Amino acid sequence: MIPRFTAPLLPELVLSIGGTILMLLAAFTGRRGATLVSWLAVLLLLGATVALIGPPSHAGPVFDGMVSADLFASFGKAIMFPAAAVAIIAAHGWFERGTEHASEYSVLIVFAAAGMSVMVSATSLVALYVGLELNSLAGYVLAAYRRSDERSAEAGLKYFVLGALASGILLYGISLLYGFTGTMTFTGIAAAFARGTPSLGLLFGLVFVLAGLAFKASAVPFHMWTPDVYEGAPTPVTTFFASAPKVAAVLLATRLCVEGLGPATDAWRQIVIFAALASIFLGAIAAYGQTNIKRLLAYSSINNVGFAMIGLAAGGARGASSVLFYMAVYVVMTLGAFLCVLWMRDEEGRPVESIVSLSGLAQTRPRFAAAFAIFMFSLAGIPPLFGFWPKLVVFNAAVASGYVALAVAGILGTVIGAYYYLKIVKVMYMDEPAAPYARVREPVQGLLILVAAILVSPLGYLLIGPLGSLTDKAAGSLF
Amino acid sequence: MIGLSHYLTVAAILFTIGVLGIFLNRRNVILMLMAIELILLAVNINLVAFSAYLGDLTGQVLAMFVLTVAAAEAAIGLAILVIFFRRRGSIAVDDVNRMRG
Repeated sequence: MIPRFTAPLLPELVLSIGGTILMLLAAFTGRRGATLVSWLAVLLLLGATVALIGPPSHAGPVFDGMVSADLFASFGKAIMFPAAAVAIIAAHGWFERGTEHASEYSVLIVFAAAGMSVMVSATSLVALYVGLELNSLAGYVLAAYRRSDERSAEAGLKYFVLGALASGILLYGISLLYGFTGTMTFTGIAAAFARGTPSLGLLFGLVFVLAGLAFKASAVPFHMWTPDVYEGAPTPVTTFFASAPKVAAVLLATRLCVEGLGPATDAWRQIVIFAALASIFLGAIAAYGQTNIKRLLAYSSINNVGFAMIGLAAGGARGASSVLFYMAVYVVMTLGAFLCVLWMRDEEGRPVESIVSLSGLAQTRPRFAAAFAIFMFSLAGIPPLFGFWPKLVVFNAAVASGYVALAVAGILGTVIGAYYYLKIVKVMYMDEPAAPYARVREPVQGLLILVAAILVSPLGYLLIGPLGSLTDKAAGSLF
Repeated sequence: MIGLSHYLTVAAILFTIGVLGIFLNRRNVILMLMAIELILLAVNINLVAFSAYLGDLTGQVLAMFVLTVAAAEAAIGLAILVIFFRRRGSIAVDDVNRMRG
């Protein structure tokens, strides 16, 4: 029997207790247990997803309003936990056995997932900070995970220094919000903002907190770490960074803006609009000259966060719902694209990252090329594919709130961004074949690529109804 | 009499020094870790000062969390720095440049 007050926190309990046990298991079994630990970690994450059914989705405020177990948080967790599980499966056969400790990788992902889980549930600045740090600290270690690789160490160092600076800025903002409102809970802060024109201290606090969150979501102007870290980190780690933590950061920003800063919407809306447009255009333009596929996908992820933030700027239940819809589809597309990148290996099985090496893939590996092309078309938002729909939902929300110019600018950004996605398709289908890739024998990863490709193919349109009503309900739980 | 504003001023000055320490320092990464620590401690002064002024304990509780997280962060930062030094043989900020673009 689970005590009444812990039942709403079941997913977090499963992850934190299970993660601790897995860490002990990893320590005792050493390198022999790596495969066992990674499958147990996948099971743990799927178990935590199942545990979302019931009180964790409906219990409301827990621990005196510290966190909230509502449908909004559960929706985010239902995306993030499976995405984290995919990132664990993505590492199979990646790290050379014997030189790297592959079992800690899964444990770190489980702890990061626990952190993200607290982030999306947080309704107080204390929970926000602790969840964010739990996620970030695991992330710093993951970025530097491949110790034999110079670039991985550099990625870890860059991510750490800039990440720690961002949490410092976020914390300074938190201290100002706390000092000028006298409370840490989102509802209390909203009440203080509703009392009239916000003081200068409150506005400073708001800007600092949003800056810290923009860093975690890699939105412009706090994106500068993204390309370097995505390129340097081992590819399974990049797969993870581009999916689950990004969802957590965007959802956290949405909840904070709606629940905590709702009465101050006029103050943050301009900031969010600026960040959205800057992310879309910088992400689209800076990707042009890239020759490394991971760097290119890093700019793609900056670009995508911009679109999600258009939904946030639109505001209201409809805007929040469009953010959820966008992030759900974005995760599937990104995971699919990165799983394809994971399969780029030369004859000796070493990973390759250059875009040139994709030349003529359609002739040597037609099915692989078709899956990659589906993800590229979908990320570009080209109509028959599912990636088009979330963009439409976001722009619709913006138009419905009267931000027609914002939607038009977003569409322009989509057109500019389409160029580099299509360039990859062109390289795969029209160029002379380069040396063929080695075959990767990972049936589970192949299956995941297939599932992701089906989800973002036109068949995905069947999901619009259920996913739409679910995101509407989830967004409704914020208001 | 020392009031709230004095504490806030000190914290703001320390915070600014910390941020400048990260951006202006081109010599070595250890100085950056110290600057990060300075930022977190500046925030702690802020939190405790506000907490005492408001007569509300939450700020001090968060200050405890910040101290704990800062310790974990410093441990991880130094560990990453050790890995970096082993590969490159240097911790100069200008040497953190394998990736550009």
